[in-house]
Amino acid sequence: MTSAQLISVLIQASYFSAAVLLIMGIKRMSSPVTARSGIQWAGVGVLIAVIATFFHSEVPGQVLIANAALIFIAIAISTMLAWYSGKKVAMTDMPQMVALYNGMGGGSAAAIGAMALLAAAMGEHALSRQQSVLAVVGALIGSVSFTGSLIAFMKLQGWMDKTFRFTGQQAVNGLCFLGAAVLGAMVVWHLQTNMIVLFFAAALLFGILMTLPIGGADMPVVISLYNAFTGLAVGFEGYVQQNVALIIAGTVVGAAGTLLTRLMAKAMNRSISNVLFSNFGGGGASAAEIKGSMKPIDADDAASLLYLAEKIIIVPGYGMAVAQAQHKIWELSQQLIKRDKDVKFAIHPVAGRMPGHMNVLLAEAGVPYDLIADMDDINPEFPNCDVAIVIGANDVVNPVAKTDKSSPIYGMPILDVAKAKQVIVIKRGKGTGFAGIENALFYQDNCRMLYADGQEAANKLIAGLKAVDAGGGH
Amino acid sequence: MIDGFLALYLFMLAAFTGHEIISRVPVILHTPLMSGSNFVHGIVLVGAMIALGEATTPLQQAIGFIGVFLGAGNAAGGYVVTERMLEMFKSSKKPGSDQQGAKQ
Repeated sequence: MTSAQLISVLIQASYFSAAVLLIMGIKRMSSPVTARSGIQWAGVGVLIAVIATFFHSEVPGQVLIANAALIFIAIAISTMLAWYSGKKVAMTDMPQMVALYNGMGGGSAAAIGAMALLAAAMGEHALSRQQSVLAVVGALIGSVSFTGSLIAFMKLQGWMDKTFRFTGQQAVNGLCFLGAAVLGAMVVWHLQTNMIVLFFAAALLFGILMTLPIGGADMPVVISLYNAFTGLAVGFEGYVQQNVALIIAGTVVGAAGTLLTRLMAKAMNRSISNVLFSNFGGGGASAAEIKGSMKPIDADDAASLLYLAEKIIIVPGYGMAVAQAQHKIWELSQQLIKRDKDVKFAIHPVAGRMPGHMNVLLAEAGVPYDLIADMDDINPEFPNCDVAIVIGANDVVNPVAKTDKSSPIYGMPILDVAKAKQVIVIKRGKGTGFAGIENALFYQDNCRMLYADGQEAANKLIAGLKAVDAGGGH
Repeated sequence: MIDGFLALYLFMLAAFTGHEIISRVPVILHTPLMSGSNFVHGIVLVGAMIALGEATTPLQQAIGFIGVFLGAGNAAGGYVVTERMLEMFKSSKKPGSDQQGAKQ
């Protein structure tokens, strides 16, 4: 074996081990106990493959890959920027960062497709028909993921108005997609440079148009969908380059991402086509009038209720995270646990901005994950629960979702907070939730409203508990 | 050359793998997992490096540079963000109970 052959075998072996490490990494990330090592395994996999690729030289006698300096500079600058932004971002802003990094991956896949097609158009590198078809399809998906994710990022970051709609929008979007598809087919049949440029322009434009009308509430589903898109694009471009590691890693993410997107959409009671092609609550069906009134409670009385309770379930929502109250709420929980209360956190699948986002936010505050329960596990426990505390959650605890067929959230799975013996809702004012509908829970006889900012309410409750301890009560 | 049906088998098996791995994931890990799978497709960086390695004209080099830049951002950003999220997952049982005490 010559040394060139040896290096080639070593590079292939490194790609193979990268593929193994990536799959095992995802596998380990699917359990909370091994999750952290999972990302590290996957990280080692990519690192090995990247280092090996620097020695992927097609010129005899040359050790390093051509344009090695250019490659190194691009990696260095980008890694520094991404590393810094990823370290600095607040946990509440995580979803848009995932969108941004995902979009970059889609753009990278599209760039690979563009280069393969351009090289073929100039007669440098022949592509089989299969390869050019997949190069075009991968580039289309990657481009959509690229510009679409950037729009999603800008919307969540608040740099762009949440929705952008005009009449005939769906027709325009449909035409743009059709244009991109036809141009793509023409690129496959006649590899011409200007056709390739037009195709990419249409594909990139379609990603923007497709994402513009989608509202903030649906963004998690969209980000997850684009994540799957990028995976598929990487898999297809991997086929174009005949690189099995890319095919496997990309396709695994494509499939996993598609499943994850469906799970999320299901948890939000939305179908994926619903998210992409219609507007949330667009029907504007007015919900039935709710009778009764909201009954306020002050913090001292609420603290006494907690003092007498045995089983307490806390239901946090995104409002809690916005108020940065998760640390205070955990402090309150620790005070309750110290007094031998059974405290649990109930998490709706879409609490926060992505499924599982709330778990991350609670974890950041130091809440151990075994105190955190999923909706399906905790719902049977509400009837035995003495006090349920709702903080910053609204639509996900609204019993209207089960009872009122005219409501836009009808059919959405909810937390059965309404069945608890006593409910305390911590809320700043009387406003409605994300979906803009009245919450029947707030009007129930067993429900009391504690009007306060999340942090302030938790502080007062802690003080109230200590006052009861001191024997003074109130 | 991986071609025709061989490629089809490869795509099929990889797709099943992805589906299987995810289907048993608790909801609490959905966000970190989405972020983690976002890192996994950061392997696209390798493809972009190879593409830039084959670039000859300035236009190709420019597109390739962008490709590597974006791919590296995907990989590095995806890694940091996922690692930060997963770092925070702790159990209150076993060794976690000490940490809990220390935190108060």
